[in-house]
Amino acid sequence: MQNKGIGQVLEAKDVSFRYQKNSPWVLKGVNLTVGPGERVALVGPSGSGKSTLSRILAGYEKPCQGEVLWGGEPFEGSGYCPVQMVGQHPEQAVNPRWKMGKILTECWEPDEGLLQRMGIEQAWMGRWPIELSGGELQRFCILRVLGPGTKFLVCDEISAMLDAVTQAQVWQVVLEEARRRGMGIVAVTHNMALAKRVCSRIVELPKINGI
Amino acid sequence: MERGSQPVLNVEDVSISFDMYGKGMERRKLEVVHKLSLRVHAGEIVAVVGASGSGKSLLAHAILGILPGNARMEGKLEFCGKALDEAAQKEHRGKEISFIPQSVEYLDPLMKVGRQVIGVGKRRERKQRMEKMRQVFARYHLDEATAELYPYQLSGGMARRVLISGAVMGQAKLIVADEPTPGLQEGLARETMENFRELAREGCGILLITHEVGLALQAADRIAVFYAGSVLEVAPVEDFSGQGEKLRHPYSKAFLQALPQNGFQAIEGHQPYAGSLPPGCLFADRCQSRMQACMGEVRMRSLRGGEVRCIYAE
Repeated sequence: MQNKGIGQVLEAKDVSFRYQKNSPWVLKGVNLTVGPGERVALVGPSGSGKSTLSRILAGYEKPCQGEVLWGGEPFEGSGYCPVQMVGQHPEQAVNPRWKMGKILTECWEPDEGLLQRMGIEQAWMGRWPIELSGGELQRFCILRVLGPGTKFLVCDEISAMLDAVTQAQVWQVVLEEARRRGMGIVAVTHNMALAKRVCSRIVELPKINGI
Repeated sequence: MERGSQPVLNVEDVSISFDMYGKGMERRKLEVVHKLSLRVHAGEIVAVVGASGSGKSLLAHAILGILPGNARMEGKLEFCGKALDEAAQKEHRGKEISFIPQSVEYLDPLMKVGRQVIGVGKRRERKQRMEKMRQVFARYHLDEATAELYPYQLSGGMARRVLISGAVMGQAKLIVADEPTPGLQEGLARETMENFRELAREGCGILLITHEVGLALQAADRIAVFYAGSVLEVAPVEDFSGQGEKLRHPYSKAFLQALPQNGFQAIEGHQPYAGSLPPGCLFADRCQSRMQACMGEVRMRSLRGGEVRCIYAE
């Protein structure tokens, strides 16, 4: 049994990507290494491939060339992926036919304390996704990926739709958990103040992208 | 704030509620905006900031008269001193009152964007409007060829600029902009704000709804802070500085201190849900300094050149 736990390096090696054959390259020869427990902000203008790279890092897309390595090895084909991602549009990331309680506990059951710190009400568990606001939904989307199997988080503009107070609240939970468990983070954001606040290193994607 | 002149937009004690159906035939009223008051004067940019789901967009839709069918509105809306009822809304919107919607899905997917921006008008004015569109497009760095594209062919940022172009085509006296900048790069967002300022200088009143506080701080004259369907504070933009010592309401202070460039301090809890609002102050359960009296009715009052809905603010 190899040590596939905390303290692994997430690495994008010479990653190139385009959505279709003959369509223009979105990413070309991108190299990015995120050390154990390191928090990296990924910044760049819209359309520069930040979300695409996030999806590749989290294993949602396979790069056309190059590879993503977790602890020096490619992801296993099945099972819980140690690298989890939270997206920009919570309303698109939940099953509209599931109630919130089921959505939240699909992979693990967060304890009461975590629910409270995240500002999630027990009463919301019986609601349908359509009955909650974007900010309320995003709290669920973030908390559901913080299960014990998660060793690394990719956050793609997770707080862009939130007001300042809620933004600070959810980031506080994410950062506390990350610190406690030594999780690494890649955070995509447009907000430089936020990038400086939550991350230890800022990477400008256009500078490492060879297109 | 007391400018003497008549406000372009006067919103007084407006409440908006939805008819909802529960189990079977059970029908209940869900009030989502409560006793909201706000004024926008000519030449002024008023930003509305606040929690998501606090009813910011509903206010915009109420002004335009495009609330969904199961919504009911009470209270007073006035445009340039005249009641803004359904007929007046129909007459003014798209002309004296223009709207920049939040979602790019407001564009007609089956119509070329040029035609949507030009809009409907008298045939002989068509040429003028074409010319005006070219000027507006140039102002927002849109290629003339953009006019020939369909909405699905636009990037998010381009669609956003098309929406803004549509709103500044006419001689608007009031522009209601609902989150006009997400998806725009920072430079372009700032430029949009500068354009708003220009429009304001020409005498237009602008209601800017946004959750990007940085932008509001840069562009607005006054900022209204929304929470759970009501305005908790209206303050001149200068008061939103430092750690918010000059602000009146504890939520506005928390809001400012939560910004990543300030303290990034969170507060516990969440905004109360429309169906289960506390009596009295809406922020009471998250407020450090609540008292018994906070459970009673708390009315908006003037304080130090602004307005606040809090009993102990001083």
